[in-house]
Amino acid sequence: MLAKLMSYFLLGLIRFLTGAQARWHGCPPKAEQRIYFANHQSHADLVMIWAALPKELRHITRAIAAKDYWTKSPFRQWLTTEVFHVIYVSRDRTSDEDPLEPLIEALANGDSIILFPEGTRGHTGEPQAFKAGLYNLATRFPNVVLVPAWINNVQHVLPKGEVVPVPVLCSVTFGAPMQVADGEERRTFLDRARNAVVALRDV
Amino acid sequence: MYHYLKNLGPTQQVGALFIIVFGLLLLSSIVAFLMSLREHGDDETGDRKRAELKNLDGIIRTSWLMVFVFWVGWLSGPLVALSLFGGLSFFALREFMTLSPTRLGDHRSLVLAFFVVLPLQYWLVATEHFDMFAVFIPVYVFLALPIASALANDPQRFLERNAKLQWGIMVCIYGMSHVPALLMLKFPGYDHRNAFMVFFLVLVVQFCMAVQHLVSRKLKLPPAAPAISMSFNWPSWWIGVFSASLFGALLAGITPWVPGTAFAFSFIACVAGTMGHFVMKALKRDRGIPSWGGNMRAVTGAGGLLDRVDALCFAAPVFFHSARWYFDL
Repeated sequence: MLAKLMSYFLLGLIRFLTGAQARWHGCPPKAEQRIYFANHQSHADLVMIWAALPKELRHITRAIAAKDYWTKSPFRQWLTTEVFHVIYVSRDRTSDEDPLEPLIEALANGDSIILFPEGTRGHTGEPQAFKAGLYNLATRFPNVVLVPAWINNVQHVLPKGEVVPVPVLCSVTFGAPMQVADGEERRTFLDRARNAVVALRDV
Repeated sequence: MYHYLKNLGPTQQVGALFIIVFGLLLLSSIVAFLMSLREHGDDETGDRKRAELKNLDGIIRTSWLMVFVFWVGWLSGPLVALSLFGGLSFFALREFMTLSPTRLGDHRSLVLAFFVVLPLQYWLVATEHFDMFAVFIPVYVFLALPIASALANDPQRFLERNAKLQWGIMVCIYGMSHVPALLMLKFPGYDHRNAFMVFFLVLVVQFCMAVQHLVSRKLKLPPAAPAISMSFNWPSWWIGVFSASLFGALLAGITPWVPGTAFAFSFIACVAGTMGHFVMKALKRDRGIPSWGGNMRAVTGAGGLLDRVDALCFAAPVFFHSARWYFDL
């Protein structure tokens, strides 16, 4: 109940500040299992995609969050588990489990996921090179549809070190689904995926 | 009919006005719906007709929304009307700032613009501090905001960035806030009918824009400034402004003026409105977009609100201050 109210409150807030518009360019919003992968410039990116998805998809689409940061306080933990249903990934390399393990589990369960293949937030307009995770998941789950997305303008809402967000319109552009071609090299695929994301900027 | 309306109380008159306007809108919606049912011989004309109809449909829907906003505003008193226009200001400014990319150093100034300047300006209207209301933004805000920007320690394109922000504030907050301010003016012998003044202003300016648009489409004259607008030319501008002013003179009954004065005031409002719209077009060309809500680029989730209200934002302050001057308020 409380989580539901919180999610309505957040949705309202995001729409008020950013418009949270989704632009479906290469595919319609559809309840099939998908991996959305996007550029990453702000903490709000995750929430932005979450808000841009239609209600039916929001419940079955889970984002990824860093475990150490998002479980630090009870409130953060509650927010990420109850409201966003995120998948926790540990960032420290000391643990011997595969960092992709939680994602694989979620995909095996039939959930869709939101992935930021740059691994970290960039500060410039150009996304950094994509990391291997996307390729590994795509080859392991060939039936999951890969949807590139470009998140626009969010970094202007709340720049680093500021506390009061400003309202500017942001949008998420979803592109045409893509696949790993037969025998495609990891690097080639990752570059192709990155180009697909960047190409959406000018749509 | 006219005498019947004349003898009603002010409240009943405004009510009657809304009934008439809602009736006209309903009629146009029905006509548009019936037109959409028509079959067309070949596909090509059919597509063209459907595209035209879609355009018309958009205009009708905006008009519904505008009238509905006015109606709610009128029903619930000036304070609600003020908040409604405050909301419009907010969304228009959001659109403007989205398409005029800012740098991170502008963040504090943007926060001030949205969350301090905007509410303060509308508060000044609500409390009828008209002298302060007129100078608050052009004097105090314009001197204070660059300080916030300068403190952000980013000199790159400083003048340009500040100019953008100040233009946004001028058009979207200062201009827009003059529309509900009309509700607060105490015109002599015109008690409780100020809703008519807002209505008069909006109707005349919209009428002028529509006529100018239609005439320029029919006449197809060479544009006066082709790099800015392909549809703007002086003959259709004159026709638009004059027919709207005549229309305003016909509406004199709902204003505190005689037809001649109403004509003059409509003229002033239309010139300011159309010229303002033209200037906003130049700003849009500078950004390389066809409209504030353009679907051409990924930058925007805007609905193009600013495209619809920009003429009003320019007409309102000029109209307001000339009316104040005329009545010596």
